[in-house]
Amino acid sequence: MTMMGDPGPTGRFGEFGGRFVPEPLMPACVELEQAFREAWSDQTFVDEYRRLLVEFGGRPTPITPCRRLSEELGVTLLLKREDLAHTGSHKINNVVGQALLTKRMGKPKMIAETGAGQHGVASATAAALMGLECTVYMGEVDTQRQQLNVFRMELLGATVHPVTSGSRTLKDAVNEAMRTWVSEVDDTHYCLGSVMGPHPFPWMVREFQRVIGVEAREQMEAGGHGEPDLVVACVGGGSNAAGIFSGFVDTDARLVGVEAAGGAAIMTGSPGVLHGMRSQLIQDDEGQITEAHSISAGLDYPGIGPEHAHLADSGRATYEKAGDIEVLEALQLLSSREGIIPALETAHALAWVVREAGGQIPHGSTVLVNLSGRGDKDVAQVRDILRGES
Amino acid sequence: MSGAPSLAQRFAARSDGAKLLIPYLMAGAEDSWLESIEAVIEAGADAVEVGLPFSDPIIDGPTIEDAGNRSLARGTTAHDVLAALGTRSWGAPLVVMTYYNVIAHMGHERFAGMATDAGVSGAIIPDLSLEEIGPWAETADDRGIATVMLVAPSTSPERTVRICDRSRGFVYAVARMGVTGERAEIGDEASAVVDKVAAATSLPACVGIGVSNAEQARQVSRVADGVVVGSALVRRLAEGAGPEGAAAFVASLRQAIDA
Ligand SMILES: Cc1ncc(COP(=O)(O)O)c(C=O)c1O
Repeated sequence: MTMMGDPGPTGRFGEFGGRFVPEPLMPACVELEQAFREAWSDQTFVDEYRRLLVEFGGRPTPITPCRRLSEELGVTLLLKREDLAHTGSHKINNVVGQALLTKRMGKPKMIAETGAGQHGVASATAAALMGLECTVYMGEVDTQRQQLNVFRMELLGATVHPVTSGSRTLKDAVNEAMRTWVSEVDDTHYCLGSVMGPHPFPWMVREFQRVIGVEAREQMEAGGHGEPDLVVACVGGGSNAAGIFSGFVDTDARLVGVEAAGGAAIMTGSPGVLHGMRSQLIQDDEGQITEAHSISAGLDYPGIGPEHAHLADSGRATYEKAGDIEVLEALQLLSSREGIIPALETAHALAWVVREAGGQIPHGSTVLVNLSGRGDKDVAQVRDILRGES
Repeated sequence: MSGAPSLAQRFAARSDGAKLLIPYLMAGAEDSWLESIEAVIEAGADAVEVGLPFSDPIIDGPTIEDAGNRSLARGTTAHDVLAALGTRSWGAPLVVMTYYNVIAHMGHERFAGMATDAGVSGAIIPDLSLEEIGPWAETADDRGIATVMLVAPSTSPERTVRICDRSRGFVYAVARMGVTGERAEIGDEASAVVDKVAAATSLPACVGIGVSNAEQARQVSRVADGVVVGSALVRRLAEGAGPEGAAAFVASLRQAIDA
């Protein structure tokens, strides 16, 4: 398999990936794989997807050079502006694709899990656009952290289902969505929000996010920025990272994924099986999955997409981590220096760049950061933390 | 200590047409879980499914998930459960039911070795699909652990044949599309699944997921070779039924099935 290509019928990325789901869901996964394979080679479907991303999603998103920060850090810093896409993050690329596919499969309903609420809002948005019924599973803890997003989803016509089991965060929302999918699989598509889960999700979601990398590659050339020395993205499940990496995996650029220190599956995890995939997971000595903790709900996932586990194994990408404090500082820095308030998730990628400029990142490097989302959803939380601390 | 009969031995002994009764309970959810296993065997269980708790049980509804969380909160580990099972001898075969990560994390060889030493006859690993089961199945076959596979209402006849080929001991016929948990009605999907399985194998087809009371157990036993009852027993144990309560419930199931 070429790097970041088609993982074939087994859905393997090296030793990771696969399809570890209970038998009732196996036929649905196979059906979905076939449907996606056909749709993705059907020009009518691809054209419709691209048209919607333009007309509805606001693509292409620009690349913005950071003039002041570049000077301060001694590197050339460029941002791929997914925050400017509709609903404020890269998540829209994936849900437009999956909602179209849901229609194509003739299913009237879509379910989704969400952590920060971004994927939930995006799913509700795409469902509204396509006339699909939508239910979003969200950990109860997260519904409290992200109340405005809950209301947004409701405005968009979706039903939000608070999940009260386990740690009541993202991983439990995935559990609950999978449970629901088992009983409603006939008329319901599970719109998974990242490059994780059983085959074909990690591959399909990466393909729907590939547009980030393809655009960025063209824009770097067209804008006279040359080839980036580094491409950096934050990683929860890893969809925005997979999207931008896929555009540069065949270049000399160093690919860097930045995880939350409290949820760093690659740096602190070990191989295991969760949510239908073999990947790197945070787990205890008994193989019980442990909770991830960070300032950003969207990165509180104890696993990582299997392709990232493979990219790490093969050495093609490296994975780093950022802690809550430096993340808050990076968020403030980008806001005050460049006039862009990033999402807390995204600020992890920036925090690593700020920390390593002049260190792991040699002065003079061209650094492309995927600005995966805007920070509006996090402003109240950040205000509370900053007021409480300072 | 072992001595428990294998699934094949036990089921052969029942080939008189009597239907198999297989209760499920969660290891470590209560102090008296070992006594509860003994009690349900006394009360007429042909085999017992012993759940090893996992943090993310995606095919389980709230009753079994809660029992698993209770067990984990009490510090239960797969290692401890297997060691504890090995301290007694059992009058019926034991089948452990857990999620694959618990086994993968311990390692196939080590888990299978401990299970064999503990006298465990079989394993049900619902998230280990036919496509992914190869390496575990080889180890399990070598060690004489029967890996019981699931067939669902959504499984095609062609796939059912391949699953039944790979299944050992019996085939777990999933009664309906959904997670474990009690239901008011058992529905008629179950008999279609049993028919699919019967057409594919001579292994017994045991129906599970959703069988909630004696009447439903009776209905299911009319079409299947056996009945698995989980949440209804797990709930009673959670409510404090204890080994005696568990025995009384299983005895009522036995009676309904044999009637
Ligand atoms: C803005 C933003 N970036 C990143 C993520 C993490 O997801 P992924 O790693 O799939 O890109 C999220 C998840 O909610 C998000 O909202």
